[in-house]
Amino acid sequence: MSTSTLQPPKKPSGYKPFHPRWYRPRVSVYWWLGEWHYLKFILREISSVFVAWFVVETLLLVNALRQGPAAYEHYLKLMQNPLILVLNVVSLFFVVFHTITWFNLAPSAMPVRFGGKRVPDFLVAAPSYIAWIVVSVGVAWLLLR
Amino acid sequence: MAKQSNEAFFWMLFSAGGVVAAMLIPVQLFLFGVAIPLGWVQAPSYEHLVSLLRMPLVRIYLFVFCSLPLFHWAHRFRFTLYDGLQVKHLNEVIFTLCYGGAIAGSAVAGYLLWSAP
Repeated sequence: MSTSTLQPPKKPSGYKPFHPRWYRPRVSVYWWLGEWHYLKFILREISSVFVAWFVVETLLLVNALRQGPAAYEHYLKLMQNPLILVLNVVSLFFVVFHTITWFNLAPSAMPVRFGGKRVPDFLVAAPSYIAWIVVSVGVAWLLLR
Repeated sequence: MAKQSNEAFFWMLFSAGGVVAAMLIPVQLFLFGVAIPLGWVQAPSYEHLVSLLRMPLVRIYLFVFCSLPLFHWAHRFRFTLYDGLQVKHLNEVIFTLCYGGAIAGSAVAGYLLWSAP
């Protein structure tokens, strides 16, 4: 056996002798389907798509208002389209899911201490929910009065 | 992928958009998307909505209402594609499409609100 065969075999550039081999198990593309916790995370992230969808609907409304009463009637008709109605009901679920998960994140992101004790999570989240109710009632009143 | 130093800025937009979306979208989506189409609530008159739209404060409100949640969407959607679908090799494309979309949407909102009568 010649000495040349003892040389390390040719490796792609970037290889160094004694470089540790990475341990990187391949993760399935569907890693988030197996467990409720992961699925919930992905659903929460997906809620952003429905957020963007409602922004589009709002822009359609503003555009209709710019164009006149007939365009506004057309917009109201469009929102009665069964497909759009179903999409909006689904969107509402996702957006409320976003709201709840967003508010419940606050106690974890900034734990509040009072008198040396940690304030219970629901008390830290409570002001957000109260503000949400007040703001929602205010917006509804402005729109519908 | 954006430089690490920009990440805080995008995160701030994401977070501000998250608050705006959480607070304001449910009520408006419920009214315009569900309650009014189903006839639970009478649709506001055209004149009433236009009189609201004439107020500068309402236009600023609507611009913030549209723009920040789009940046919120861009951030979340970007990372959902990265992690959920594992398409990390498309980083630059996804980044450009998401934030480009948010900027384009904000520009449309700005134009519509600016030029509204």
